[in-house]
Amino acid sequence: MCFLFDSFEGWKTYSQTHNQQLHEVVLDYEKEQKGASESDIWSGLAKAYQVMKDAVHTGTTEEMKSRSGMIDNGAKKVANSDITVLSPEFKLLISSALGAKEVNSCMGRVVAAPTAGASGILPGVFTTLQSIHHLEDQTIYEALLIGAGVALILEQKASLAGAVGGCQAETGSAAAMASAGIVYCLGGSTDQIFNAAGITIQCMLGLVCDPVAGLVEVPCVVRNASAAAIANSSAQIALSHVSSVIPVDECAEAMGEVGQSMESRYKETAQGGLAATKTGQALAKKILIQDIEILPSQDAEED
Amino acid sequence: MERSSVFDMIGPVMIGPSSSHTAGVVRIGRVGVKLLGGVPDEAEIIFYNSFAQTYEGHGSDRAIVAGLMDFDTDDARIKDAFDHAKDKLTYKFRSVGNASTKHPNTVFLRLKKGDKKIELEGESRGGGVIRISNFNGFASGFTANLHTLVVTTDDAQGSIAFISDIISHDDCNIATMTVSRKGKNDVACQIIEMDSGINDITLQYIRHIKWVHDVIYIPVI
Ligand code: SF4
Repeated sequence: MCFLFDSFEGWKTYSQTHNQQLHEVVLDYEKEQKGASESDIWSGLAKAYQVMKDAVHTGTTEEMKSRSGMIDNGAKKVANSDITVLSPEFKLLISSALGAKEVNSCMGRVVAAPTAGASGILPGVFTTLQSIHHLEDQTIYEALLIGAGVALILEQKASLAGAVGGCQAETGSAAAMASAGIVYCLGGSTDQIFNAAGITIQCMLGLVCDPVAGLVEVPCVVRNASAAAIANSSAQIALSHVSSVIPVDECAEAMGEVGQSMESRYKETAQGGLAATKTGQALAKKILIQDIEILPSQDAEED
Repeated sequence: MERSSVFDMIGPVMIGPSSSHTAGVVRIGRVGVKLLGGVPDEAEIIFYNSFAQTYEGHGSDRAIVAGLMDFDTDDARIKDAFDHAKDKLTYKFRSVGNASTKHPNTVFLRLKKGDKKIELEGESRGGGVIRISNFNGFASGFTANLHTLVVTTDDAQGSIAFISDIISHDDCNIATMTVSRKGKNDVACQIIEMDSGINDITLQYIRHIKWVHDVIYIPVI
């Protein structure tokens, strides 16, 4: 019987008793639960990573203007900016995460990881990491498996959907997946991998889902960049032997608890937070279709 | 409980901000193509309720046109569906709100190809899952996740048993079957979802039954 991803502690214990690496436990799960062959899994991961790379490339090179106009080539602007705040690598990280997510907002092809709203984070993080550290694609695939394991647990202990758990569930989960992956790629131990995920959850906790006009653009796109940055800062912290103090399982449970108690206006309904601001409301009015026939309350069937 | 796959976490590969606004809508369009028997020349598209306000911003307009061009749900051409439809398909959109009996994400299609006209209504239920709630005025509920047979017949006695018998002789397992009719002794519509595909010869046979008006076969979409 494979491990069912109900806790990080269990994942660690299972990997120790079965003498497997963390990603191998995920591999066995997919084989047993989904009847997938190992080669299918690797090729699925290869395809996903290729789509991620393509999204980063498209988002940072092609015209990225969304229908609403709220997204307007942000990634390219960052990449081409004269000003470098920290380092070229940091700039690359930010523009890559923005770019992949902008592709999604502009109807391009992405990998929902774990959701479309968070689809820029893993691509931004892993393509940047790979270029800095000259990693093999295979290492990234293993990191993606670890990210999937993190998400499987978060899905059970909290949620991965903004409509259920707020934005912490979407961009927060993606950041936790990414930070665990970074630590794995750089040779961190299981504890360090889990500390990175735990620290990331701590940083993303409480984030509400408040998309302006209900479109997955503002603040979603910039949150993909900030989540990518947080994934990196958490990995740096964890790899330096700093503990999350609160174990990652408990961090995940806290995320679930916070998500549950969030009011529904902060859960993708576009009724709270940024969506409810004066400008947010004005944009919604401008963007959303106003020319709607409203039926009388006693619904008349379409003839 | 069905457990999630690694590829639910790292996936699916998709187009657009949410699967209910893109993938599901594309699939509804493709079901329309299958029901019509080809890409339409003309389409009237009505977006209801939640779709009514946001279909432009979420790209559901491009998604439905892409579906009507029979593009797949992860086809990169969805983005430029309007350009691809030029000279092939003319379409117009309408928005209707407050349709309280309808699912929040409902789209209605009136399609025309040559002399043939059909109407259908689909619901996009999240994660790319759809439900076709109405076809040509017949209540239905198929998902296009299975092989689907749509048979319109005279409302003749024994017709249901007869058709299901033929299908079972083709080694097809019937998963669901709904029958609806417009009135007693009027036209009836049988919608049959099957676990596996059906042989062409069986289709031919059903088509030749004298009380059968029309048979449409929709493979998994
Ligand atoms: S704000 Fe909401 S819609 Fe946007 S990324 Fe976060 S969870 Fe998704």
